[in-house]
Amino acid sequence: MIDVSLVDLIKYIVIICSLIGGSFFIITGSLGIVRFPDTYSRMHASGKCDTLGISLVLFGVIVYQGLDFVTVKLILILLFVFFTGPVAVNAIIHASFYSGNKMWTTEGWVEWSREEWMKERAEKERER
Amino acid sequence: MSGMDVPFDVFLYILLITLSLVIYRVVKGPTVFDRIVAINAIGTKTILLIVLISYVFERPSFLDIALLYAILNFLGSIVISVYIERGRVAE
Repeated sequence: MIDVSLVDLIKYIVIICSLIGGSFFIITGSLGIVRFPDTYSRMHASGKCDTLGISLVLFGVIVYQGLDFVTVKLILILLFVFFTGPVAVNAIIHASFYSGNKMWTTEGWVEWSREEWMKERAEKERER
Repeated sequence: MSGMDVPFDVFLYILLITLSLVIYRVVKGPTVFDRIVAINAIGTKTILLIVLISYVFERPSFLDIALLYAILNFLGSIVISVYIERGRVAE
């Protein structure tokens, strides 16, 4: 028989499950970036799947480390990635939207011009 | 942990395979925004790569480098997107 306590066994199962779940989400996000037809849907895949996958893998590493000074660094990395990953992708989506990048729908490609959006934006700022 | 080794090497190889998948989109992106999104995804995966490497080599000081990469990746994405949207970064 293997002599390990029940707490260690439960810890091991939690670590392996969170690492496998995080790897699944990371693989799904990468396949979405490669396979989707449109910039916006690629951003959708990147912004959500990557953040959740990385948070899950870091959670598994935190459980593996236990209570320590190193855990503080890991928790800082987790919080930073969890809050700033979607913000960065949102800034890229904003730039793409106002630059007039084409959007794919089931009826075809939707196009607009940059000047139109800049005019509407200037009117909104004037109302403020 | 006593007696149980977590195979971090396997997840390191999985991460490298997904990184090489995303590099395809960097090379062949039709617009510049596809390339920026792919580079952002590569940067966030690099953070995880450094964390797992620090556990494979048993050097906890690599985690500081991972935190630095997180900050640099976020700042780079924000600055590049602002530059492309407005044509300038500062007033």
